[in-house]
Amino acid sequence: MWIARISLRFVFLFSCLGLSAAQALTPAQAIGMVQGETDNRLEVLNQALQEADAATANYLQALADDAVKVLGNQVFVLRDGKAFDPVTAAEILLPTEAEDVISNNRMRGEIDAALAALKLLSPDDKIRLQAAMALAKEPDAAKLPLINKALKVETNEQVKNALMLAQAAMAISVVDPQERLQAAQTLGQAKSPEAQLLLNQQLGVETDAKVKAQIIASLATIKDALAWGERLGVVFTGISLGSILLLVALGLAITYGLMGVINMAHGELMMVGAYATYVVQVMFRQYLPNAFDWYLFAALPMAFLTAAAVGAVLERTVLRFLYGRPLETLLATWGISLILMQAVRSLFGAQNVAVENPRWMSGGIQVLSNLSLPWNRVLIVVFAFAVLLGMALLISQTRLGLFVRGVTQNRAMASCMGVNTARIDTYAFALGSGIAGLAGCALSQIGNVGPDLGQGYIVDAFMVVVLGGVGQLAGTVYAALGLGVLNKFLEGWTGAVLAKIAVLVFIIIFIQKRPQGLFAMKGRSAEA
Amino acid sequence: MSTVNIPSKPALLSPKGWLVFLGFVVFLGVVTPLLNLYVPVGHTLHVSDFVVSLVGKIMCFAICALAMDLIWGYTGILSLGHGLFFALGGYAMGMYLMRQIGLDGNYKSELPDFMVFLNWKTLPWHWYFSDSFIATLLLIVLAPGLLAAVFGYFAFRSRIKGVYFSIITQAMTFAFMLLFFRNETGFGGNNGFTDFKRILDMTIATPHMRMVLFVMTAMTLLGFFLMARWLVQSKFGRVLQAIRDAESRLMFCGYSPLPYKLSIWVISAVMCGVAGALYVPQVGIINPSEMSPANSIEIAVWAAVGGRGSLLGPILGAFMVNGAKSWLTVVAPEFWLYVLGALFIAVTLFMPQGVLGLWNKVRQAWLSRGASS
Repeated sequence: MWIARISLRFVFLFSCLGLSAAQALTPAQAIGMVQGETDNRLEVLNQALQEADAATANYLQALADDAVKVLGNQVFVLRDGKAFDPVTAAEILLPTEAEDVISNNRMRGEIDAALAALKLLSPDDKIRLQAAMALAKEPDAAKLPLINKALKVETNEQVKNALMLAQAAMAISVVDPQERLQAAQTLGQAKSPEAQLLLNQQLGVETDAKVKAQIIASLATIKDALAWGERLGVVFTGISLGSILLLVALGLAITYGLMGVINMAHGELMMVGAYATYVVQVMFRQYLPNAFDWYLFAALPMAFLTAAAVGAVLERTVLRFLYGRPLETLLATWGISLILMQAVRSLFGAQNVAVENPRWMSGGIQVLSNLSLPWNRVLIVVFAFAVLLGMALLISQTRLGLFVRGVTQNRAMASCMGVNTARIDTYAFALGSGIAGLAGCALSQIGNVGPDLGQGYIVDAFMVVVLGGVGQLAGTVYAALGLGVLNKFLEGWTGAVLAKIAVLVFIIIFIQKRPQGLFAMKGRSAEA
Repeated sequence: MSTVNIPSKPALLSPKGWLVFLGFVVFLGVVTPLLNLYVPVGHTLHVSDFVVSLVGKIMCFAICALAMDLIWGYTGILSLGHGLFFALGGYAMGMYLMRQIGLDGNYKSELPDFMVFLNWKTLPWHWYFSDSFIATLLLIVLAPGLLAAVFGYFAFRSRIKGVYFSIITQAMTFAFMLLFFRNETGFGGNNGFTDFKRILDMTIATPHMRMVLFVMTAMTLLGFFLMARWLVQSKFGRVLQAIRDAESRLMFCGYSPLPYKLSIWVISAVMCGVAGALYVPQVGIINPSEMSPANSIEIAVWAAVGGRGSLLGPILGAFMVNGAKSWLTVVAPEFWLYVLGALFIAVTLFMPQGVLGLWNKVRQAWLSRGASS
């Protein structure tokens, strides 16, 4: 009846833990747990559990890992090839005649249970939650009493739920049909893929009709809940893709929409931004390893400025001579993109380079049991809209924006009013390029950075601009998000390639109805 | 009342032009085969196999450049989808060549090797007619032609113009490339078709067969040149140039540009398909990378370098650019993309009429100097 005995003590232990950190592991306990008959050893183990602390937990873990030796009254815990005293944690010399501690299966089971119990009883909410979730994922009926007891004293709501789930996961396969029935109900409320799996397993072998009905009902609720998770997941990946397209297309919206330049090198300007991010990252690792997590804040302006500088040079040396001849700009910028790609290959090599996420970007938000939003994706959505907002403000509120709009609407008149149109062209193109650089910096956080980075996005980005219509930011936004979500929804049905083709066909049909895109320019500038 | 003077239709070629043309026919169709096959290796006049296969390949590209010129140089529509039509013609031919392998594949199966590899048991439906050479010839014309007709009809009907059209055709090419990369579409996926053995039950890898293909390509190129010449000199061709220069004005004159644009677009696509079909047996491989958007743009640059709006220019351009490419990729491979990129920029900035335009300018300057002195 050892389970009952331990259980009683857990209750006691719990009240102790709440008050004080209890007494530490004593040398007598340490030696008592490894010497003598199993019954005696268990006695000592249970006694030690009442006053458990970190040293006890470490010692038990070492026992479970068979990393303990003994000689006379001294116990040695082996770690990294050295020996330590389990009580004082001081390093001691390991005599060659020290013997291995042998634990039989009963002892092992007890130690494992004690370890799990210790975790379930930890004062740290997070460790308790983890322990409970681990138990729920690998249900083992032997640990059921342990959970029952922990449940009684648990106060944290989240941990309590996790414990109940673990309890149900174990109870679903017990003998008593009443308990099974209840477990099936609890699992139904858990709405997680794990619960679904457990229920499906039990459904196959269930004999009791009542329980069977409950399992089927629970499965139905889980399926509904999971379907929502999946649907929301698709919407989110769609928005994520859409915001990436938006970032890419925003720069194009300036260079194409406002300036009439078909910038085939736009993707390569993104690549320049991504490589600038890479360089900043390498510098941080080299010179500021402590601040490595914050390198992105230096990389963003760097990516913007580098790409903008490249863009400004291109505008001054090549594109300036091609205004009003969009087909020629297409060819010339294609040539530029070839040169940029080859230049990056010469400088950094043809292989992809590794850009690491800062630590605060890893992980994600768990929204539903089967829907977790990775932080880097969420941040890119936020970032895309921040860039959009910034650009909208720049165009509508600043003097530069006023000039850009003026030159777009009527170049000659703007020039007459004293606007240096050539300079505005350079600024505007540099701005579009800089935004491409920002997009590249964002992409470096979710994908590979290599010389071909830009090629994969350029076709999609132009689709966004074509669909959205020229010269309107709103069109670009709707088109980017719409295409992103549509693409992901179709992918669920047909696979990525057919989805892409379907989207293309959709765009061609759409343009039949609205040749100028979603938001057409009206009036005089329409045919320009 | 003055009568309207309709300019009389110019001759297809001037007498001097016909002479040069016939010279090319004889040189490519008779002299080159003789020099390659019957003059011993090492003799000064011997034309090496390398030159024959290189020129054969470039002549296929020249057909593409000519086709591009008809749609871009004469009609003002820049297509970035010609690489796709080229590849479609090539795939149609490739299917036939794959079937001709018969039981000689690695797996000794009725089916092409890649199908055995994918564990397919029967031929997919779109392969049914690939056994017949006649059907293949039809397919070479029909596959690019029909795609161009359907796509062009919808695009031109909604008056998609200029860069919009270019971008949409590029997207179409990109989508098809993705499609052909898939194994399920039944075109050999990544690897495409290769290891051809026979054509019309004759071994494909013999000097004579290579020469036959070379001569066929040369004659096709010359034939297409004559056809293009005839087209652009006809009333049809003049309407095309009017579309290029002032489409709105043409419409107010009562013309509907749609049938004109559509027919030249389809003709141009079919020319590319034929070029692709001639290309595949010569190089012995076809895979989806032929459809990459870069290839289509490169066709445009051949035409641009040589001089669009003239028929000799694109052919000249194809030879110049590809000659430089095959030379540079051997001598300094890392420099080729710089050169190609610079070429794109230089042509658009400094030589809008291409090399031929430059030549005409220089000659005119020379002539006027001679006249004034």
